[in-house]
Amino acid sequence: MLERKEIAAVNKERREWNENIPKRGERTAEGKASFETISGLSIKPLYTPDDLSAFNYLRDSGFPGQYPFTRGIQPDMYRGRFWTMRQYAGFGSAEDTNRRFRYLLGQGQTGLSVAFDLPTQIGYDSDHPLAFGEVGRVGVAIDSVRDLDILFENIPLERVSTSMTINSPASILTAMYLAIAGHKGIGPEKLYGTVQNDVLKEYIARGTYIFPIRPAMRIVSDVIGFCAKNMPHWNSISISGYHMREAGCTAVQEVAFTIADGITYVETARKAGLDVDEIAPRLSFFFSAHQDFFEEIAKFRAARRIWSRIMKERFRAKNPRSWMLRYHVQTAGCSLTAQQPFLNILRTGYEALSAVLGGCQSLHTNSYDEALALPTEEAVQIALRTQQIIAYETGVTDTVDPLAGSYYVEHTTQQIETESEEYLRKIEQMGGAIEAIETGYIQGEISSSAYEYQKKVERKDRIVVGVNRFQMEEPPPEGLLKVRETVGELQSEKLRTLRGQRRNGDVQNMLDEIRRMAASQGNLMPSIIDAVKAEATIGEICDALREIFGEYRANTSF
Amino acid sequence: MTSTKMIRVLIAKPGLDGHDRGVKVIARALRDAGMEVIYTGLRQTPEQVVSAAEQEDVDVLMLSSLSGAHNHLFPAIMKELRKRNMNDILVLGGGIIPQDDISSLKTAGIREIFGPGTDTRTIIDYVYEQTTQKNRSV
Repeated sequence: MLERKEIAAVNKERREWNENIPKRGERTAEGKASFETISGLSIKPLYTPDDLSAFNYLRDSGFPGQYPFTRGIQPDMYRGRFWTMRQYAGFGSAEDTNRRFRYLLGQGQTGLSVAFDLPTQIGYDSDHPLAFGEVGRVGVAIDSVRDLDILFENIPLERVSTSMTINSPASILTAMYLAIAGHKGIGPEKLYGTVQNDVLKEYIARGTYIFPIRPAMRIVSDVIGFCAKNMPHWNSISISGYHMREAGCTAVQEVAFTIADGITYVETARKAGLDVDEIAPRLSFFFSAHQDFFEEIAKFRAARRIWSRIMKERFRAKNPRSWMLRYHVQTAGCSLTAQQPFLNILRTGYEALSAVLGGCQSLHTNSYDEALALPTEEAVQIALRTQQIIAYETGVTDTVDPLAGSYYVEHTTQQIETESEEYLRKIEQMGGAIEAIETGYIQGEISSSAYEYQKKVERKDRIVVGVNRFQMEEPPPEGLLKVRETVGELQSEKLRTLRGQRRNGDVQNMLDEIRRMAASQGNLMPSIIDAVKAEATIGEICDALREIFGEYRANTSF
Repeated sequence: MTSTKMIRVLIAKPGLDGHDRGVKVIARALRDAGMEVIYTGLRQTPEQVVSAAEQEDVDVLMLSSLSGAHNHLFPAIMKELRKRNMNDILVLGGGIIPQDDISSLKTAGIREIFGPGTDTRTIIDYVYEQTTQKNRSV
């Protein structure tokens, strides 16, 4: 930032300053031997221009809306438009969740985000034996297009963007969304939203895999290819670091592993014959906003810079939109405590502020009761209001990337970039993200970080307020959300009705066509769209694919 | 090494839940505390969990669920254990288990439930104490 001569002068003054300040010995406020971020990056007592001697503003930072996008993807950022306030929601039946969606939109939420239950995410119908006890628990139960119609009843899909957290069956839910939009008279070109469609992190950290990795990657690529040609405003994947961070990895690992996955998706799509500029503008990302305030801001800035350089230099993308890392953020679920749960409102507030100062495009804020249960309406309202306070009251949105130029933030941005690139080189040497997952390397790195963190908490090197310090006796929490016990039966009843009413011969033919396409090389999407329209269920379609692709086997290492 | 047999622990993820950060941390902590630990991996049926416990001849079975299916899955595992006369295994539970559900899970035979924020040393101490009380010198 400064000329070498000026830096030398600063350093000289600094030495004098250091000699003249009263000596405090080795004592620190909390008796710490050293200071480090929550991810373990060491922190100096003071940052000065000397820490940015290798930093070149035009090369490393540039202007917002321009390569390498360190300062944000829009020239005016939140002066032009706030981020999308998008709370992840879903429980019980489609009717239950539709009510919650309409409540959230009524409270000023600006986008929808669907949480599906585990049977839906793993491709089992609600009446499957393995769905026992799980229907409607962690999200909404969807078996057929009829359920999705109810889920979006009275919601204007041409105006509200929808994000669907669905991965292994992403192709099926995309097909269903197209079908219900069709029922409302809305074409694919008018749909806004995102399908998560990121299977790699399912094997690494999230766990809702179905098929072995390589056929699963082919389905991902089919969805990306289909959307590139038919859904110009639809994000065909959300490449996610969030779940790896929740599983315990560090900020550097979150950036590195997410971008390694991103590289693999681009390569897979290119091998399928797609041009990089055809698909890259519709790739989106998803990160955590964890507790270490400045480290997180630096992380977002670093991630944008790394991705844009990879897209431009490595993949030779020409379209500037291909260079932009656009992303959703969720505050860190793993930072929520079951103890003194109201404190989670504050944790979430600080995390959300770091997401905004980092330049996110959309944001979910966790509710204070989520270490205990799915959130109540009251808890969700406070979480949404937290975003509205940041947007309308704090003033942080009035200028672009206000922390740029902070010696500490810029230095940490560089440090995260450098250390992430080391991981990327290591993964490259292994043959790429798929190989690094198959050998268990990425999973092992995450588990080790999680274990190290836990030991720090247990040694009280990390203080968690209310958990290992400042504890108090408290009464058991009251008023938590309970999902109706009858959702499983209700869904099974709906399935019986569906199978009695639809043309089962047509469904069988459609499923046969899916099997044929799966065994060939063609894009699976058209056959899945036909099956969904004929009211085939998610379980039936996934079973047809299981017959051809087989299933992934659980990993037992730790 | 002492001459006593090491405590054998099976850590299981019944149901469809994919949250395994907690079980992996506990698995490493128990191993570092000198126990033999086996992890089932995700998505096990109650029958699969009990078969693994039987084959591995474990002293302790730890069940984890964060998806809200514990009221269905944990008692189903206890029933299967009784069916196979495996009554002397110490069964513990963990995850997101609401306070209201704990007493019925204990009635079903889960000895203790450890919730979010539990120190791994609390679990290690508990396992040593319970298995020692039974018949073992540690």
